[in-house]
Order: sequence, then C-alpha cells, then structure tokens
Amino acid sequence: MTSDRIGLDRIEKRIELKAPVARVWRALTDYREFGEWFRVKLEGPFAVGETARGMITWPGYEHLVWEVVVQAIEPERLFSFTWHPYSIDPKVDYSKETPTLVEFRLEAVEGGTVLLLTESGFDKVPAKRRDEAFLRNDGGWTQQMKNIETHVAGA
Amino acid sequence: MLQEPSGGLGSPAHRARVFAALGDATRLALVAKLCGGERRSISELAVGSTLTRQAVTKHLRVLERVGMVRCVRAGRERLFEFDPGPVGEMREYLEFVSAKWDEALGRLKEFVEE
Repeated sequence: MTSDRIGLDRIEKRIELKAPVARVWRALTDYREFGEWFRVKLEGPFAVGETARGMITWPGYEHLVWEVVVQAIEPERLFSFTWHPYSIDPKVDYSKETPTLVEFRLEAVEGGTVLLLTESGFDKVPAKRRDEAFLRNDGGWTQQMKNIETHVAGA
Repeated sequence: MLQEPSGGLGSPAHRARVFAALGDATRLALVAKLCGGERRSISELAVGSTLTRQAVTKHLRVLERVGMVRCVRAGRERLFEFDPGPVGEMREYLEFVSAKWDEALGRLKEFVEE
C-alpha cells in the first residue's frame, strides 16, 4: 500500500488513498481538515508565501507551536511547505536555519488517488539542531504513539 | 558553534556530524567513488576533477574524522577505502523521520477514506 525510498538527504513515500483527488486535496489544504489528521490547531488558512501557525494538539505537546511556510498551492496537484522538522524546543530560534521542503503531489488513479510525499534537504539541517531534535523526540513520540495505539485498540 | 558535539560513534551527535560531512558536493562525489568498495589512492580520486591532491586530501580527512572512510597503507602508498558504518547511522535518522510520516499518512488515509 505504501512504498518508500530513503535517499541520503530525502524521504519519498507513495500511498494509495481510496478517495477522489478533490477529497484528498481538501484534507491537505483546508487548514481545519489538515489539523484534524496532522494534530495541529491552525490559526487560519494556508496561503502561498505565508507562515501557517498553530498549537500542536498531540497529548503532552499542546504547549508547542507548529509552524510552516507555504511554498506552493497548485489545486489538486501540488501542496508544499518548508519547515524545521521536530523543532520542538520553545527556547530555540530555528528561523535562521535552512528548513526542509515537504511536498505532497496528487495523481488521480482508478479507484482513488495516489499521494506522493517528498521531504528533502536533510543534508542542510544543522548538526547541532538535528542532534537535539533527535534526542528530544525519540522517546516522547514513541511513547505517544503507544498511547494512541492502546486508546484505539480499546475503543 | 565552537563546541564540538559530544557523543561517540552511533550517537545522535555523531550522526549529525556525518550529515555535515556529506553536506558538500566534493565530498559526496568522493564517497560515490569509494562506495563501490575498492581502495583508491589520492591520485586516483583526483582524476577527472579539477581538485589538487592537497584539496582531495583535505576532504578525505573530513570524511575520515567521521569514520566514513579509512586510510590504509599499501607499501609506500596511502589508500582510502569506504566504511559503510556511518551511512548506516544516517539512514537510521532518516528512518526515524520516515516513520513519523508513515504515522501521519496513516491518519490521513483513515481521515479521507472514512
């Protein structure tokens, strides 16, 4: 269902969704819908060149701000933004660092939509920051995932 | 950042240094030449590039410091060989980020298919 490729500086994923392109496009680019599955409460709509910001709604991380800069909105084809992945230390200013680029590409196929996700530019992420991000995130997020799994399994 | 990140081989700090070492087109090209597994001399590595032997040596030292290449002596010659270990460490980091995407895309799938 999902296939992926991990290069030296990028991650590529391909997933088939049993929903029309228009439906997937809305889930990606309507800020409320995006927030539902991405777990972030965004302040307003996505706009090219603008910063989209909101509070993370993931249990235990609600004090953290999530922020991206929208790069492209090409209806039902391409949605992209740059961000600093796992930049979750409120005391650190990440704005001067080179961000990674996240691209969602859509393609209509029989029975649904193919979503191609690319995140690139990991070679430019500063050494110090990557180090911190990795340390801070690993345990925490793994635990949260377990919590969710338990919750869903029990529901 | 003046301070060298702490941490030994395999630590997040080490992984970060491997990424930094590869963030250069020349060094990436040197790794590409070496990763076939053959040992090569500095002269061989300089062939086809505009780099001097000194420049190649400088870049190889950066790769050597993060453990990505090893220098071995063969008689009077110094040869360099690829050590796949650090690249494996780097993959581990990208696999962590990749796993986060799997989770997010899984939630998206549920969201649009319900």
